[in-house]
Amino acid sequence: MTTGAPTSNLPASPVATRGSGYAWYALALIVLAAAPFFIYPLFAAKVLCYCLFACAFNLLLGTSGLLSFGHAAFFGSAAYIAGHALKVWGLPFELAALLGTLTAAALGFVFGALSIRRQGLYFAMITLALAQMIYFMAFQLPFTHAEDGLTAVPRGKILGLFDLNNLYVMYYTAVAVFVIGYLLIVRITHSTFGQVLKAIRENQPRMISLGYSVNSYKLMVFILSAALSGLAGATKTMVVQLASTVDVHWATSGDVALMALLGGVGTLFGPVAGGVIVESLQFYLADSGLPIQAVIGAIFVLCILLFRQGVVGELLRLRLKWR
Amino acid sequence: MSTQVLFGQLLIGLINGSFYALLALGFAIIFGLLGIINIAQGTFYMIGAFGAWMLLHYLGLGYWWGIVLAPVIAGIVGMTLEKTLISRIYKIDHIYGLLLTYGLMMFIMGMFIYFFQTAPRPYPVPPELTGGYNLGFMFVPKYRVWVVVVSVVFCFGTWYVIEKTPVGRNLRAATENPMLTRALGINVPALLTLGFGVGVVLAGLAGVLAGPIYSVSPIMGGDLVIVVFAIVVVGGMQSILGAIVTGLSLGVLEGLTKVFYAHGANMVIFVIMFIVLLMKPAGLFGQEK
Amino acid sequence: MAELSLAISDLHAFYGDSHVLHGVTLDVPAGEVVTIVGRNGAGKTTTLRSIMGMIEKRTGSINICGQNVIAAPPEKIARLGVAYVPEERGIYATLDVTENLLLPRKVNDRGMSLEKIYELFPNLHMRGHSQGTRLSGGEQQMLAIARVLRTGSSLFLLDEPTEGLAPVIVQQIGKAIALMKSQGHTILLVEQNFRFASKITDRHYVMERGRVIDMIPRADVEKRAGQIQQYLGI
Repeated sequence: MTTGAPTSNLPASPVATRGSGYAWYALALIVLAAAPFFIYPLFAAKVLCYCLFACAFNLLLGTSGLLSFGHAAFFGSAAYIAGHALKVWGLPFELAALLGTLTAAALGFVFGALSIRRQGLYFAMITLALAQMIYFMAFQLPFTHAEDGLTAVPRGKILGLFDLNNLYVMYYTAVAVFVIGYLLIVRITHSTFGQVLKAIRENQPRMISLGYSVNSYKLMVFILSAALSGLAGATKTMVVQLASTVDVHWATSGDVALMALLGGVGTLFGPVAGGVIVESLQFYLADSGLPIQAVIGAIFVLCILLFRQGVVGELLRLRLKWR
Repeated sequence: MSTQVLFGQLLIGLINGSFYALLALGFAIIFGLLGIINIAQGTFYMIGAFGAWMLLHYLGLGYWWGIVLAPVIAGIVGMTLEKTLISRIYKIDHIYGLLLTYGLMMFIMGMFIYFFQTAPRPYPVPPELTGGYNLGFMFVPKYRVWVVVVSVVFCFGTWYVIEKTPVGRNLRAATENPMLTRALGINVPALLTLGFGVGVVLAGLAGVLAGPIYSVSPIMGGDLVIVVFAIVVVGGMQSILGAIVTGLSLGVLEGLTKVFYAHGANMVIFVIMFIVLLMKPAGLFGQEK
Repeated sequence: MAELSLAISDLHAFYGDSHVLHGVTLDVPAGEVVTIVGRNGAGKTTTLRSIMGMIEKRTGSINICGQNVIAAPPEKIARLGVAYVPEERGIYATLDVTENLLLPRKVNDRGMSLEKIYELFPNLHMRGHSQGTRLSGGEQQMLAIARVLRTGSSLFLLDEPTEGLAPVIVQQIGKAIALMKSQGHTILLVEQNFRFASKITDRHYVMERGRVIDMIPRADVEKRAGQIQQYLGI
């Protein structure tokens, strides 16, 4: 069976409406600010990290239609680097996060250069296999401590001033990281760069004939997606004070794909919703005695067959219908 | 490093290569025919092994029943899933096939873990295949020889059916141009179901063969499928021969690497994949589209 | 049924959201040769593919010997005795010539025997083990026609069988079609080469922009030659 034409049938981003958009942003900021007083700050901060991760993943998928199944490599490698920077080198969080992000970006460049020329399924498989190399390396390299992982990572101070061991300071730092990352993603998606990517996704041959260096654009967004995933991973290490092989395992790549799908692949906010849902599910199911993996797998299957627009996608669709 | 160690690892490598070849072959058939990446290939491997174990444990049916029935059970499960769930993917972007099989893998593995826990269960080598041959420089267990022979027979048997028989011809035609093949009177949807069935029967067979060697557990095959990915990328995504040859070779190569540089053994397949991607992205036996 | 008839009524066809056929109506009586003519993009190929069930979304009715097959899948339509020779010929690269020849499923035993086929097209026998796509354009066209002759089908849909072929080959194809007609088969032909088609055709349908705009029976062809030129944009 001949594999995919350049165009992807994944849902495209619906048009954002400006006016009500600002109201939603204000509401989101209020919720973010108030959250630690209602939810355990550690959990909330962790969720934010995974939401950013999902958004970074979706940046690649939503704009260029490329499904990467190896994003755990970026998330996890940055988690380790940041953890090492915090624990062994005693660097402040800003630098640790920067190092993690840069590591992920570099890895993104390597992965991207190897896989960008392929499309669809081939692309997904190559990213998965490349990420698996990183997974195995995580067991070999001494500084990762293999199965034990990097434990008891100190949080240090942010900007040299505020002690990140204070849960509220830690939480609001995570919020800051999340907001910066999210706004960056919004900016990228709506920029000319983002529009070009969408055009490439819709009609690659045409864009090539118009003289666009298609692979350069795709590589660029791949690197950006990897870098932001790294930022999420580095922050995660600071929050939970742990970096482990789970972070580079392909199940993490699968989880983030689930978050994006469940929330709504074609939307900007979808992955955030997806992240909240999946993380909360895992948290609440952990004590229930139910098979978490099976439940999440079942949700995944149902989502793909019946619910491809995702939660946010569905809500947007309904909103358009009621206009 | 003695020759005994070397040949011992080579044999293990050959065994693993046999499993890789069976799994990769099934995977390549499914991908070529259906355009679906079956991440659950490792799960059907597990279902084959578990099926044999359950036949023994609950029905007292031994290895010889197991090796025939368990792959068939895996095939029936697979074909049912294809007919009810997977076929719905054909009309939409095939990337959803990857996600769907991933979800199915999670669901099936999760359910098995829930009911059976992760502890490995032993599955005995049948009495007819115990013992071995003393070749002087090494001792070769009979069962290991059996595994390699069965794998090679099934691999090349499958290759033969696909390349030399009318059914195989129809399969190849359906792979190349499904719509026209239907217009020529061939029931392609049924072929797709059958193709998926064959793909997972091979995985289930590998699972039964693996049972006595690696024990039976719900988590077996979990990480195996990634290696299968690398194998088909190296061999050429749809190439039947590529999957078989690459699977066997990489198993042996992995075994060799273990002798000289133990830490690198897991990685060697991916390093090779890396190199092949740089030099011949379509794969060793693949054709550039 | 030995001879098949075809009756299309108000056929609409869509490629996704694109409305391509707008109520096509035409009749192909059993044993006749009917040709669809028209400019590129008129919807001729889409009509053939709709008959064959290869278009996802179609409405209206397509009657083969009185049976409405508008909702039937391609393999079912083929098994009624309908054979399709596509414009691109559809020779498989992953099959050799003999496999290509044997691929279509036999509808009954009344099809042409292999011996007769090799008599008509000796090249196919000689190059039996060559890869299908290694044949020249003309040979591929012969193969595409030969393989459906073997099936025992009796309604043939031929899409531009002479396109891009040398006059000698065009003659051979003309002979093959005449042979099929003499055996009582029904043929629906799409053909740009009007001179070729008019020699054997019983009636011509003219299509433009997804609609049938005219029908010219054989007897009127000379009379209306000027109008036909206009339709074809010559």
